Amino acid sequence: MKPLRKLLTNIKPNFEKGGKLEKFYPAFDAFETFLFVPDHTTASKGAHVRDSIDLKRTMILVVLSLIPCLLFGMWNVGYQHHQALGIIDASLLDNFFFGAIKVLPLVVVSYVAGLSTEFIFAIIRKHTINEGFLVSGMLIPLIMPVDVPLWMVAVSTIFAVIIGKEVFGGTGMNILNPALTARAFLFFAYPTKMSGDEVWINTSLEKGQTLVDGYSGATALGNAAAGLADKIPRTMDAFIGAIPGSIGETSTIACLIGAAILLYTGIGCWRIMSSVFVGGFLMALIFNLFGLNTLMQITPLHHLVLGGFAFGAIFMATDPVSATQTNTGKYIYGFLIGMFAILFRVFNPAYPEGMMLSILFMNVMAPLIDHYIVAANIKRRLKRVKPIQNQNA
Amino acid sequence: MSEYIKLKRGLNLKLIGEAVKTVQDMPIADLFAIKPADFTGLTPKLLVKVGDNVLSGTPLFYNKNMETVKVSSPVSGEVVEILRGEKRVILEIKILADREIKYASFGKLNPTKIDREKVIEQLLNSGVWPFICQRPYGIIANPSDRPKSIFISAFDSNPLAPDNDFIMSGKEIDFQTGLDALKKLTDEKIHLNVRDNPAPAAIFANAKIVQLNKISGPHPAGNVGVQIHHIDPVNKGEAVWYINPQDVLIIGKLFNEGIFDAAKMIALTGSQIKEPKYYKTIVGCSIKKIIADGGLHKGENRIVSGTILSGNQISADGYLGFYDSQITVIPEGNEFEFMGWLTPGFNKFSLSRTFFSWLTPNKKHILNTNLHGEERPFVMTGQYEKVFPMDIYPVQLLKSILIEDIDMMEKLGIYEVVEEDFALCELVCTSKIKSQEIIRHGLDMMRKEFS
Repeated sequence: MKPLRKLLTNIKPNFEKGGKLEKFYPAFDAFETFLFVPDHTTASKGAHVRDSIDLKRTMILVVLSLIPCLLFGMWNVGYQHHQALGIIDASLLDNFFFGAIKVLPLVVVSYVAGLSTEFIFAIIRKHTINEGFLVSGMLIPLIMPVDVPLWMVAVSTIFAVIIGKEVFGGTGMNILNPALTARAFLFFAYPTKMSGDEVWINTSLEKGQTLVDGYSGATALGNAAAGLADKIPRTMDAFIGAIPGSIGETSTIACLIGAAILLYTGIGCWRIMSSVFVGGFLMALIFNLFGLNTLMQITPLHHLVLGGFAFGAIFMATDPVSATQTNTGKYIYGFLIGMFAILFRVFNPAYPEGMMLSILFMNVMAPLIDHYIVAANIKRRLKRVKPIQNQNA
Repeated sequence: MSEYIKLKRGLNLKLIGEAVKTVQDMPIADLFAIKPADFTGLTPKLLVKVGDNVLSGTPLFYNKNMETVKVSSPVSGEVVEILRGEKRVILEIKILADREIKYASFGKLNPTKIDREKVIEQLLNSGVWPFICQRPYGIIANPSDRPKSIFISAFDSNPLAPDNDFIMSGKEIDFQTGLDALKKLTDEKIHLNVRDNPAPAAIFANAKIVQLNKISGPHPAGNVGVQIHHIDPVNKGEAVWYINPQDVLIIGKLFNEGIFDAAKMIALTGSQIKEPKYYKTIVGCSIKKIIADGGLHKGENRIVSGTILSGNQISADGYLGFYDSQITVIPEGNEFEFMGWLTPGFNKFSLSRTFFSWLTPNKKHILNTNLHGEERPFVMTGQYEKVFPMDIYPVQLLKSILIEDIDMMEKLGIYEVVEEDFALCELVCTSKIKSQEIIRHGLDMMRKEFS
C-alpha cells in the first residue's frame, strides 16, 4: 500500500493550513483516516500506550451486527411480495434478489444523503467527520417500510443528521437517536406512507399478476390494534420473522444474532438490552392479567417478538450517546423503555408501534435519570464529611 | 484492625519486557539532574548557581509558595548547568557527581524520642520532605497541615512495575525507622497496604506501628489513590499524605545515619530493552549508561521515566524523575497502518473483544505509542467504569472539568483523584480522550481557586 500512502502524503499539503484546498481538510482527513490509521502518537505525559479500539472499529462492528437483519430483511421483502401475489414456489434466491433490488437503493440513498450532509457540515463547521453515521446510515433503511419513496428517505435522513445531530454539535452531543429521529420525522410528516396496511409489502404488479384473494398487508400490531386476534402471527412465526413489517425489524432471530455480536465484543450494553426485555415482559404480563382487548391478550413473550421491540431493544435503545450514561441509570432507562413500548402499543391504537416513541421519549428523559443517579453519588460523598462538620460545630 | 479490600474492576496489562530479578550495581553516573517540573505546583527559587560545590543534602532550591520546603542535591559534586526553558522556567539543575559521595550531616536522631516539630524540621532541612506527598492535588505535603492519615502502598501494580518485595528485602531497619518518623507526623494511622496474593515480603508483613491492609485485584489496586478512597477517603478540607516505600528508606537513613542518602533501586523495563533488570542508582541519575547497559533493540524508541500508563517521556540522555523507580522503553508508533481498523487484529491489544486477540487473552503484548485512531468526543459509555474501581463517576467528573464547573468538580470527588487514577481510563478510551491531562487541569483550577 506504499504507492497509495505516497500519493496521500503528496497531496496532503494542499489540504493543510495555507494550502489551496484548506477548506476541504475535514473531507480529506476522513478519507485518509478511512484508508490509514493515522501515525498520531500519544503525548509525552500520560498514558503512552492505548487500546487498539477506536470509533471506526466500534461502528463497523455495529454495522456488522446489523447485517443479519439486513439479509433477512431482503429475503423477507421478496417472500412477502411473492406471497401477496400468490407465487408460493418462489425460491430462496428469487425472494432474496427481489428484496435486494428493493432494499439496496434505500441503503444507498440513506448513506449518500447522510454522509453528504455530514461532510458539508464538517467543512462549514471545521470539525472532523465522525463515524457515527456509519451506523445511523444502516439503521435508517432497516426501520423503514419497503415501499417508502426514496426521496422521503433522503429528506428524513438529512433532517435527522441536521436536527437530530449536527445542531447539537455532532456525534456524541445529540440528545435523540438520529435514526429514530428520521423515522419519527416521516411518521408524523407523511403518516400515510409510514402506517396503515399498504406500505409494508411491496405489491408492485407486473402484467398478468394479481394479488391473492383476501390479501391484507397489515402488520401484526396493525391487526392486533384492529382486534383481529386470529391474524396475529404466532410467537414462533414472529420469532423467525417471515411477517410483514419494517425491513429489518421482523426477525427476532436476526436481531439476536446481532445482539450476540454486540454483547460478545463488549460494544453493546447488556444492562440496557436485558432491562428493556424485562420491562416489556413485565408490562405485558400485567396487561395480560387483565386481558381487556386483543392487544392486552397477547402473551408477554409474544409481545417481545412482535413489531420492532427486539430490534429497538438491541440496536436503538443501546445507542450510547442518547442513552443514560451511568450504569445504574441504564437499568432504569432500559426498563422504562420496555414498559412504555408496551404501554403505547396497548393504549394508543393510533401508534401500534410503540417502540420508536418509547425510545425517543426515554432519550429525552435519560439526562434526568443520570442526574438523580449522580446526585445520589454526591450525597454519599457529602455524608462521609458529616462527622467532621459536627466536630467543628 | 486491618482492612481487606477486594477490587474487581481494573486491568492488568500483560506486556513483554519485565525486569528479571538481578541487580546491576552501576558505578555512580557522572551527571545528575533535579527537574522542578517533577514537583507539581512548586515554583523554584534557586539557592545555588553554576560552579557551586554541593554535598548530598545541600538544598538546591526552595518552594517560593511554601518557603520551608527545600529540594536538596541527591549527590555531592559541582552544579554544572541550570537549564532554562521558555520564560526562563528552570527545567533542570545538573550536577556533576564526585566519585565518592560526600554527605552533609544532619545528625542522628531517634524519631521515637523526639517530638513532631523536630521530626518535621529534620525532614525539611535535609531536603527529604518532598518525598512526602498529599491528596488532594498530588503535590508535596504542606508541613503545617496535620494529615488525617498516611498511606504507603507496598506494591506497585502498574504494568512492568518493579517488585517492591524484591527491592526492599533486607532493609528492615531503615524502613522501620522511617515509619517511626512518619508516625510522628499524624495523629491517626499509617496505612501500609500490601498485596493479598502473593503474600507480602517480611519487611512489610512485620512492620510495626502501622495498620496492615490487604488489597486484592487487578491494577490499579496498587495505586495509593484507590487505597485511600476505600480505606480513608479524602473529603473537602482534609489531607492524606502518602509516600513510596523506597522513599521511606531515605527517611529511615536520615534518622539512623544523619545523612540524605538518595540511593534507590530502579527497574529498567520494556519491550525495547534487551536485558531488562534492576539497577542500583540514585535519585535524578542520568539514564544514558543504564540504558546502554540494558541494551536497546533497533528502531525508534520512546523512553519513559515511570510507568507507561502515567510516566513522562524523557530523551535518551535524560534523567530519572524524582519519584520514579522505573524506566520503560517501548517502540514509537508513528506509522500509518493501512485499513488498521478493519484488520482481524490477532495481535492487537484491546480490553474489548473487537479484535481477534481475544482468542489469546494471556498473550504478552508489545505495545507502541500509536494512538490507534483520532480523538473524538465522548461516545461510548460504561468503558471507564470497568477499569475505575472508585465510587466516583469518571466521565461526569471529566465533563465537569471540561466546563470548568468548580462546584461540580468538588461534588464529584476531584479531591480524591490525581492523573494516575485515570491512566487506565485513558488507555481504554475509544474516543482517545486525554483524561489525565484534563484531571490535572481540573486540579490546577481547584488549587488556584483555594489558594
